[in-house]
Amino acid sequence: MDFSILTNYFDLYLRGFWGTLLSSVLALIGSFVIGTVIAVFRITTIKALRWFGTGYVEFIRNIPLLLVVCIFYYGPSAIGFTLDGFKAGTIGLAVYTSAFIAEAIRAGIMAVPKGQMEASRSSGLSYVQAMVHIILPQAIKLVIPPLGNQFINLIKNSSVLTLVAGFDLMYFADSISTETYRTFDTYIFVAVFYLVLTVPLSYGVRVWERRLQSKY
Amino acid sequence: MMKIKSVKWVSLLLVAALFVIAGCGNNNTGNAGGGNTAGESTDSAAVAKIKERGKLLVGVKYDTRLFGLKDPASGNVEGFDIDISKAIAKHILGDENAIELKEVTSKTRIPMLNNGEIDMVVATMTITEERKKEVDFSDVYFQAGQSLLVKKGSPITGLESVTKDTKILGSKGATSIKNIKEKVPGITVLEFDNYQDAFAALKAGQGDALTTDDAILYGMASQDEGYEVVGEPFTDEPYGIAIQKGNTDVVQAVNDTLTELKANGEYDAIYTKWIGKAPAK
Amino acid sequence: MDFAGAFSPANLVFLMDGLYITLIVAFVSIILSFIIGVVVGVIRYAEVPVLSPVMFFLVELIRNLPLLLIIFFVRFALPEIGIKLGLITAAIAALTVFEAAMIAEIVRGGLAAVDKGQIEAARSSGLSSFQTLWHIVLPQGLRHMVPPLVSQFISLLKDTSLATIVALPELMHNAKIVMGQKESYTIPILLMVALMYFVVNYLLSLVSRRLEHKTV
Repeated sequence: MDFSILTNYFDLYLRGFWGTLLSSVLALIGSFVIGTVIAVFRITTIKALRWFGTGYVEFIRNIPLLLVVCIFYYGPSAIGFTLDGFKAGTIGLAVYTSAFIAEAIRAGIMAVPKGQMEASRSSGLSYVQAMVHIILPQAIKLVIPPLGNQFINLIKNSSVLTLVAGFDLMYFADSISTETYRTFDTYIFVAVFYLVLTVPLSYGVRVWERRLQSKY
Repeated sequence: MMKIKSVKWVSLLLVAALFVIAGCGNNNTGNAGGGNTAGESTDSAAVAKIKERGKLLVGVKYDTRLFGLKDPASGNVEGFDIDISKAIAKHILGDENAIELKEVTSKTRIPMLNNGEIDMVVATMTITEERKKEVDFSDVYFQAGQSLLVKKGSPITGLESVTKDTKILGSKGATSIKNIKEKVPGITVLEFDNYQDAFAALKAGQGDALTTDDAILYGMASQDEGYEVVGEPFTDEPYGIAIQKGNTDVVQAVNDTLTELKANGEYDAIYTKWIGKAPAK
Repeated sequence: MDFAGAFSPANLVFLMDGLYITLIVAFVSIILSFIIGVVVGVIRYAEVPVLSPVMFFLVELIRNLPLLLIIFFVRFALPEIGIKLGLITAAIAALTVFEAAMIAEIVRGGLAAVDKGQIEAARSSGLSSFQTLWHIVLPQGLRHMVPPLVSQFISLLKDTSLATIVALPELMHNAKIVMGQKESYTIPILLMVALMYFVVNYLLSLVSRRLEHKTV
């Protein structure tokens, strides 16, 4: 094991590590916002919105992440603007993940007893008010473990940024291994950097899930 | 169900074992190195192996017009590098079609060669001192120089108009990336897996100029008339055919082929066919 | 945007060639990862001494790493320690290892969801623990597993696109080659490829809905 690769290129590893982390966090926030909106679309009584929500989820879930990222990277120039690799990658990640988060949130909302919506409505709240103040806060508690899992997925999936020069861990790993000609050692260190992020998160999700289970 | 406690210690093990695996890796790398030295002592074996197989395995590019490009319509890979490879197959095996092409990129060609998946790399590869530590090279078979490709009408007219703030696109593992970083310190270079992706990124407005060897750039410019090569070449990029370290008999066979091609005029014919002019003497 | 040029017969045939590789690689990997995943999942569930913790460790390690890293590692790092796999074999091996770890978790979860009372009843009526597993737990557990398994298979099919990093001539890889011909092909080709993935995956999910209705 050649630790000099780690020490000599530590700044590159670190830049990649922050790139991966930043992209994942931004994409998590983005996908949570989009996912919540889509989840609400899917359960409203307005047909057009429901139709849109279902179409969005079905379409996005059935195409590869890499394709979504390529659409945001290569596509915009046809209509006169560009997104760099980091932005296109992060937006692509957010859009892709939002479809899965929407489903998780929808399941969470469905798990809140129907009577609560009726009760809130009859006590004078509007549909949106009831949703925001009564239903969503309860749903979100149930949604935290699947959200945690999606965050782990995001960290792993953010590696596609390397294919659009998005300055993530894998991108810099390539730069390092093409300079050192030591693919094995270079990538073992990359794996450790990923595990530093994902293993504690997996552990946290497991603990939270257990807590929920013991509560109900 | 797994207890939380055991989850904890197993997680610890997880990291520990990684380093153990890595340690093994190191030992085995040593062994592989030993294997290479063994290869050196049985010099003429490599050509014999190719003959026994009856087929030459060559790593070429699939995305580089003029040198090695896969044509979606016919499914064939065509270019200068392909014709040179065929001539080598003819020299070693007596049949220019006794050849199997495998796609390489700047990033993957040395690993694939060292893994023994291919006998040689004929893929716009510059001979450098650093690479000589990893692989053996044939004589120079093509003389290129690094240049810049831009969208027509770009303010960039050559290396002198490239500044620190210019966004340059390139391919991972290519010498051109290192060169431009040396010429313009602090410059941003976006690296892609292959030239196809880099050119697609240039078209999508992701950078100001694409840099690599002029011959490759002329191929791209011929593909899309909206793009042009600007300025004089600013480096020397002598292309060599890379062969696994120690297979000196293969190097010899390749060099013999090149000498033969140059003597009988076939080299000039291949050159003119792809580059559009006779090679400078 | 040049739809007519982008969708020339030659280009469409070339994309179909890519789809063919995608389907072959996905199919073989689905079969292999299902077999390995079930075996590992059962071992995890059965709490075999030594073997179960080892499996737990391996599954966690793999699940916490990006697939893109695993594909690249199998293809270009393992050869440095003497494990040399060809292009397609390496792609299948990497996909299989990653997805088998995912499936093992699904299987373990499905088995754990089987009513404990039934297991006790089976044991007290004289079945051995293996017989109980085989006749009682597995058939019921499989029912819980069908939906997550199918979405895992869809993931696998989408994930084959990541093998473009080792230049596997699958659908995304071929799409990029066609896109490279002309700037005006970019959007038509991206849309066409999205449609191809969508159709295949949507059919898969329809089949799974059928299966669910039959088994549940």
